[in-house]
Amino acid sequence: MIENLIDVALLVFLVILAITIVRIRDLFAAGMMFAIYSLLSSALFAVLDAGDVALTEAAVGAGISTLLVLACLALVRRYEHPTGGHNLIALIVVLITGALLVYATLDLPEFGAADNPAQVHVGPFYIENTYPDMGIPNMVAAVLASYRSIDTMGEVFVVFAAALAVYALLSVRPHKNMPGVRRRPVKRLKSPRQAEADPPVAGKEQAP
Amino acid sequence: MTLLGISHYWFVIVLMMLGFYCVIARGNMIKKIMGLNLFQTSVFILFVAAGKVIDGSTPILRDGVEVYANPLPHVIVLTAIVVGVAITATGLALAVRIQEAYGTIEDDHLGDDVDGDDD
Repeated sequence: MIENLIDVALLVFLVILAITIVRIRDLFAAGMMFAIYSLLSSALFAVLDAGDVALTEAAVGAGISTLLVLACLALVRRYEHPTGGHNLIALIVVLITGALLVYATLDLPEFGAADNPAQVHVGPFYIENTYPDMGIPNMVAAVLASYRSIDTMGEVFVVFAAALAVYALLSVRPHKNMPGVRRRPVKRLKSPRQAEADPPVAGKEQAP
Repeated sequence: MTLLGISHYWFVIVLMMLGFYCVIARGNMIKKIMGLNLFQTSVFILFVAAGKVIDGSTPILRDGVEVYANPLPHVIVLTAIVVGVAITATGLALAVRIQEAYGTIEDDHLGDDVDGDDD
């Protein structure tokens, strides 16, 4: 019961943070809010008995994702362009989807009950056999690296493909002859001193 | 079924719909990626909540503990977190690339003439 109330308090904080992230115009502040959001959700995972997930979310969600957003903000404008009011169609779509999902939750099993379908079918096999099979006490690590190691290898391929995509996207500097590239304002991408030194020929020199 | 027994799912749905709204209604691409992350985190919470057993414990075998949480949702969420970071990195790289080519990352301003842009 007390555990449930802690969950609910954390979830209320998460909802408040999510509303702030959606509404705020300052992208730097939104990035910081997102770091707090990830940290709070990792606290929620810890309360929900998911130790490994909490550690990973704290390191990856709060750490690396925030770093990526900050690195991106160094290259783009800090403030989001204001749009007029709410998007009514989007709001209606979101509300209808949410109402359908709430209707679907009425069929879900009660939270945390020991005889839920998820707890009686495959889960006990790993709880019983991890130590005899692998000899390590951490079931999550055993499933991740041994029982389902092929899945983890696929995940590594996904990360490799993403790294390759990021490299491909950022290694090519745009120039005027590329299709779809218009004359971009060079001044914003350079430091003021650099732009002062060579303002007109900067774009020309970058073209290979 | 009590209200506390189902409230987790409703909070997850609220978070999910906030992320969904952020993705479809916000024009800024960094904001869209943040909305995607909100959505994703809410799915993680749903999965981890499905594996929770009341009075259970973290799935690490030790003496004196009888009831463990289900380890399988945790494994799936671990994989999904890493894939989520890969998606975030790719999306942000695309945003940077679009900024370089178009001078803006706002949806509504992509068609604008760069020369006439006042920012």
